[in-house]
Amino acid sequence: MADDWLPRIPVGDAFESGVDWLTENLAPVFDWVEKVLDSGVSALVWLLLAPPTLVTIAAMAGLGWWLRGWRFGLISLVMLVLIDSMGQWEAAMSSLALVLAASLVTGVIAFPLGVLTARNDTFSTIVRPILDFMQTMPAFVYLIPAVMLFSIGVVPGIVATIIFAMPPGVRLTELGIRQVNPEMVEAGDAFGAPPRQVLSRVQIPLAMPSIMAGVNQVIMLALSMVVIAGMVGAGGLGGVVYEGITRLNIASGFEGGLAVVILAIYLDRVTAGLGARSAVARAEKAAQHA
Amino acid sequence: MPEIRAEGVSKIFSRKPGQVARLIFTGASAEDIRAAGATPAVLDATFDVQPGEIFVIMGLSGSGKSTLLRMLNGLCTPTSGRVHVSGEEITSLGAKKLRNLRQRAVSMVFQNFALFPHRSVVENAAYALEARGVPKAERLAKAREFLGLVGLTDWADRLPGELSGGMRQRVGLARALAAETGILLMDEAFSALDPLIRRDMQDQLLSLQRSLDKTIVFITHDLAEAMRIGDRIAVMREGRIVQIGTPQEILTDPADDYVARFVRDVDRSAVLTAQAIMLPPGEALTLDKETTVSARAPLAELLVPAAQSPVPLAVVGDGGELLGVIPRETLLNALAGCQTGQEREVSLG
Ligand SMILES: Nc1ncnc2c1ncn2[C@@H]1O[C@H](COP(=O)(O)OP(=O)(O)OP(=O)(O)O)[C@@H](O)[C@H]1O
Ligand SMILES: [Mg+2]
Repeated sequence: MADDWLPRIPVGDAFESGVDWLTENLAPVFDWVEKVLDSGVSALVWLLLAPPTLVTIAAMAGLGWWLRGWRFGLISLVMLVLIDSMGQWEAAMSSLALVLAASLVTGVIAFPLGVLTARNDTFSTIVRPILDFMQTMPAFVYLIPAVMLFSIGVVPGIVATIIFAMPPGVRLTELGIRQVNPEMVEAGDAFGAPPRQVLSRVQIPLAMPSIMAGVNQVIMLALSMVVIAGMVGAGGLGGVVYEGITRLNIASGFEGGLAVVILAIYLDRVTAGLGARSAVARAEKAAQHA
Repeated sequence: MPEIRAEGVSKIFSRKPGQVARLIFTGASAEDIRAAGATPAVLDATFDVQPGEIFVIMGLSGSGKSTLLRMLNGLCTPTSGRVHVSGEEITSLGAKKLRNLRQRAVSMVFQNFALFPHRSVVENAAYALEARGVPKAERLAKAREFLGLVGLTDWADRLPGELSGGMRQRVGLARALAAETGILLMDEAFSALDPLIRRDMQDQLLSLQRSLDKTIVFITHDLAEAMRIGDRIAVMREGRIVQIGTPQEILTDPADDYVARFVRDVDRSAVLTAQAIMLPPGEALTLDKETTVSARAPLAELLVPAAQSPVPLAVVGDGGELLGVIPRETLLNALAGCQTGQEREVSLG
């Protein structure tokens, strides 16, 4: 409780009227964003659910095999079949579609932001507290205005997810680029390479392990947020879990939760496998064997 | 015309902008600058480097060598003074022209190689050409050619991480040579290598230089290395160049105690040549009894002839003409670091 002598500053009210203003004045923009995201997710869901379930499972297990070896391929196969046999396949694929769509948009925004923050100290100082804010504000809080700006459905969930998952994407991109050995950058400069070329051919490839760690983080955060988004009608596994909680249905709640865990393990290992395929990671491996 | 000319070049590092200009403007001394919390990395450096010359900058760690070198290709902008490279005043060049100059006139070899770990050896060697936009097939072909020159043909498709230190630096050298620039800047290029490999690299550089005829600025903190490869040496101390001279001049005539202490442990017999210590021929000598030695022979090669010859050695030029004589006493004195030919001449005259 605030002390009596302290005037009550209506921060929350100000925020609320800000959201109101946005709803009234930028409605067309939000409508457009909503349409794009909605159709994107629908297309992804269709892509994942159109083929026979076993074909999709085989494809996903095959990806796991290719990236991490037969052992992980086999484990993925068993885990994904389990999701299907629990009757959660459709919910899982719609969650996966949400995760992929949200992560894609997050990446498209976070990567250039990360590059900019790495190259401009002032920009970095401005962006840092904003990222802190985005990351530490309880995720639920994004859901409320998101629902007001967009109608109930998958879109507010995606938008909240994007905000929530953005910070590590920006940070790890910035960190990766800043951590590149200055001698490498200097070598580029010394041979007269233009800064853009040094960025694209030296700094970004060398920052790849860190950037891929960012991708991994973004996807994992997106998955955790997608479950929360189930509460605002985003459906998927989040919806299943939410229903289980509200109806005190332990069995279906647990099945939904287990499917989330399986997706998380799968996505985590697959993105880690992608990271291990970057040129730098391969070079490091080759150096160890030399 | 010199290929590189530095005129009163200074570089002061300071965290407070504006402070540096004031320090320079008021002509502050190195002590004043340090007291003000700034670092005088290079102070008032002036020198020329002639085309085809190997110019060595030598000094202890922190004496400002790297900073000075980096000002020669604009990686670092002088606080005051001017730098001319290949006839251009680079301190006034814009970013684009500076890049252009680096692409066509100045290339660099780094102490820790600075190879790109994610690219194959040949792609590394082709980097300078890539930076200036040479098409892929052409630049890779040229890179292979220069890898051959440094003896790494078979390693072209490996990654740098698979190579030994000496091989990596030869890739670094190939990358700089493939740029085919007239000027090569080498910052402690061999310092990270084992002594034996370092020696190989020095030999390789010298033999390449005979055919390529580059203008090389080479940094080292190792005097023996400086003496071995340098046509001239600039000795730096706390940001200032305290002496510039040929290896022999530095050895026989150190400018101050600091340089003298530096050169004390040098193997004089390898650096000094017959020409540097010989006395004037004096009375008519006939060249029939004397053992003759080349003017360019290092003293180490004079020991056996001197031991066997009852009379002073006769020093002859490339055409066989008599240039001077070396009595045993002169040879021994020179090796002991006492008086040399020129000094004795002065003290006698
Ligand atoms: N970017 C920089 N900012 C601040 N100070 C610097 C910077 N670069 C160099 N210095 C300082 O300038 C001085 C000279 O450094 P420099 O690297 O030129 O020395 P060096 O002779 O090359 O030494 P070393 O043998 O260790 O490479 C040192 O005191 C160093 O700390
Ligand atoms: Mg240095």
